[in-house]
Amino acid sequence: MGSTSAHKNEGLGRRDLIKRSAALGLITVPTMSFLSACASSDTSSDETVKKGKTSAKNPLGVNATAPLDVVIFNGGFGEQYAIDAEKQYTAAYPKAKVKHTATQKIQSQLQPRFNGGTPPDLIDNSGAEQMDMGVLVGKKQLLDLTPLMDAPSIDDPSKKVRDTLRPGVLEMGQFDGDPVWIMNYAYTVYGVWYSQTALDNLDAQYPENWDDMLALCAKAKKKGIAGWTYAGKYPYYLPFSLYPFIGKIGGREVLDKIDNLEPNAWKDPAVKSAFEAYYELYQKGYILKGTPGLTHIQSQTEWTKGKALFIPNGSWVENEAAPTTPKDFKMMVSAPSSLDSSDKLPFGTIWAAGGEPFVVPAKAKNPEGGMEQLRIMLSEESSKNFTKQVKSLSAFNGGTDGLTLSTALQAGVDALTKAGDNVVNPRLQDWYGKLQKEQIGTAGIGEMMAGRLTPTEAIKKIQGYADAAAKDQSIKHYKHQ
Amino acid sequence: MQHGKYRFIVGFLVVPLVLYAVFVIWPFIQAIYYSFTDWTGLSPDFKMVGFDNYTRMLKDDIFWKSLQHSVLLVLLLPLVTLGLALFFAFMLNVGGRRRKNAAVSGVRGSSFYKIAYFFPQVLSIVIVALLFQFAFNPRSGMLNSALEGIGLGSIQPDWLGDPSLALVCVMSVLIWSTVGFFVVLFSAGMASIPKDFYEAALLDGASRVTTFFKITLPLLWDTVQSGWVYMGILALGVEAFTAVQVMTVGPGGPDYATTVLPLYVYQTAFRDGQAGYATTIGVGLLIITMAFAAIVMRLGRRERLEF
Repeated sequence: MGSTSAHKNEGLGRRDLIKRSAALGLITVPTMSFLSACASSDTSSDETVKKGKTSAKNPLGVNATAPLDVVIFNGGFGEQYAIDAEKQYTAAYPKAKVKHTATQKIQSQLQPRFNGGTPPDLIDNSGAEQMDMGVLVGKKQLLDLTPLMDAPSIDDPSKKVRDTLRPGVLEMGQFDGDPVWIMNYAYTVYGVWYSQTALDNLDAQYPENWDDMLALCAKAKKKGIAGWTYAGKYPYYLPFSLYPFIGKIGGREVLDKIDNLEPNAWKDPAVKSAFEAYYELYQKGYILKGTPGLTHIQSQTEWTKGKALFIPNGSWVENEAAPTTPKDFKMMVSAPSSLDSSDKLPFGTIWAAGGEPFVVPAKAKNPEGGMEQLRIMLSEESSKNFTKQVKSLSAFNGGTDGLTLSTALQAGVDALTKAGDNVVNPRLQDWYGKLQKEQIGTAGIGEMMAGRLTPTEAIKKIQGYADAAAKDQSIKHYKHQ
Repeated sequence: MQHGKYRFIVGFLVVPLVLYAVFVIWPFIQAIYYSFTDWTGLSPDFKMVGFDNYTRMLKDDIFWKSLQHSVLLVLLLPLVTLGLALFFAFMLNVGGRRRKNAAVSGVRGSSFYKIAYFFPQVLSIVIVALLFQFAFNPRSGMLNSALEGIGLGSIQPDWLGDPSLALVCVMSVLIWSTVGFFVVLFSAGMASIPKDFYEAALLDGASRVTTFFKITLPLLWDTVQSGWVYMGILALGVEAFTAVQVMTVGPGGPDYATTVLPLYVYQTAFRDGQAGYATTIGVGLLIITMAFAAIVMRLGRRERLEF
């Protein structure tokens, strides 16, 4: 008979058997197995399609009958703009079948395809599940887009595509040397966002220097309005106005040194001055109470409700905050205020850069088709369509004439005009994601703005993280050219 | 009857064992293999790097921090959750004394409480975490509004934005969402304890506390032990991961205040593109989980009473 207790009994007790197998089953729950499930295995032997004949209409040599496989990140910008551009592709090559996939799960959908050697022809590698660009480039998984950049543009065949782009877009696609790995399709203006209506109510203009900023915050505080708020749970939004502020105080070399992970880059006096200025906002109580516990949406909502005047953000905020934005809000963006008259760069220096990165995988079956699709998207018509649909600028320089722009979009265009050449483009967030978001953003600047670190302590801590990242051989390092 | 018993058992188990080997054991072996490579997870080529990943892990501050948090969770969560669940289940099933007909019964309205306790169990942990994220909102969240409502407006913590509170907040949510399951589990266990024992204890004039410690707990010990292991797995695995990922700053913050091992595995693999190193941390997690289960099983071993 089955024994009831295993002790001093030769057999394997019924209960022990059940218990042991249950225990074995339970301990195997943790997370490991899912990792290896997507490990590399079969490599597909499918070859790339034959290249078509090049012509004036088809400068890249697209095979007119080859299918095109496009994967779009279906996030803040949706997918309609891509579908519209794909219609133009099928109009030009009626025999080509376009496979359109829209997803928010870029990495989980595409990682197995990269590992198996069958990636799609064009990917919008964006969103929370963005695949690490540094790794993709380092492991030679991406196609050099230089042929696209040298191809004539759709609107004006005498101009190359590279000459139709906004400042910084091309260089953001480069990591090391000349090859262009990424085409950032959207163009984001980062800076200090505010409501003109709120400033009007305080009889104020946007403060162009820091003394005015502090004075305005003091004035607002008397009326029970906070000066600033920010995405406290994701403090890596703070750099959107803080980095151009640093660049403005000390010149763009300071930012380049930081990006290059040079020793003592963060100990530059410009960094210290900028940190101290922001820390003063905390010390004087100009930061909205509770901010360190708010998400980006929550802080934006407090801001649109008029509880705080300023918020560091990017130009997607207009679309994102639309549900809570009052009609008379008059959303605006401005470059960071000057610290004082000894600043190296003039007022207007702003951070603007490409976003929504599109890539063509090195192992794509129809790489010419992928590039051609991008060329179509960079036409004036597609660009206008994009701006109209998602209220964001595209990488195509211009294309806003004849469109009625919202105050926020118009403010962005004006800020770019005012900045002229003084557009800075810090690269930490696309080169070293973990360093920028988790270490500098959350553990450094975030802690300082919550009042738990002094500027000196924050700088020391951040420099430590940067030095560790510079030494870490498991991440690929990049330098400004 | 012992003759041929193993053949009998194996005959029954061969199919599940093969499935288990293919879908559970084999991925583990693969993962251990990958922990010795520099695989990125984004490209099919990688090479062996020996023990590099392991030496790196031992020197990695964030690994030790996440380990510390995971160990804290695995010690505290089962203790608090099972303690509460035992108390609730006892009150629901045995705690009542006022009823005339039955010698042993729960407190008034116990069937309603049972449903109320179980309710969080039907919500996915993601939804629970999201809901509590709103409750912990320092501006308009339920907690701070309540504090203000009772005149404590001057104490309004940042909750998840405060490194000294964030992990406690996460733990309280995990307890809230799991305690109901154990109440039901323990209730079922208590229902199978013969009523005579309680009646005898009652006749002897035993108090509720004595009844609990002398009768209920010893007879429920097996269930408690399994519950302990199960709760530990939740604390080391997916539930803690989800709560931290959804609720906290960073996520995993502020300043790494809530990072746990599974979250670190996930971030390393899917954000940093270092799947090889991530599997190394996963192996670390595996060892800790097995150690935990072994310790609980050993500590909990005692003579069983058959009834």
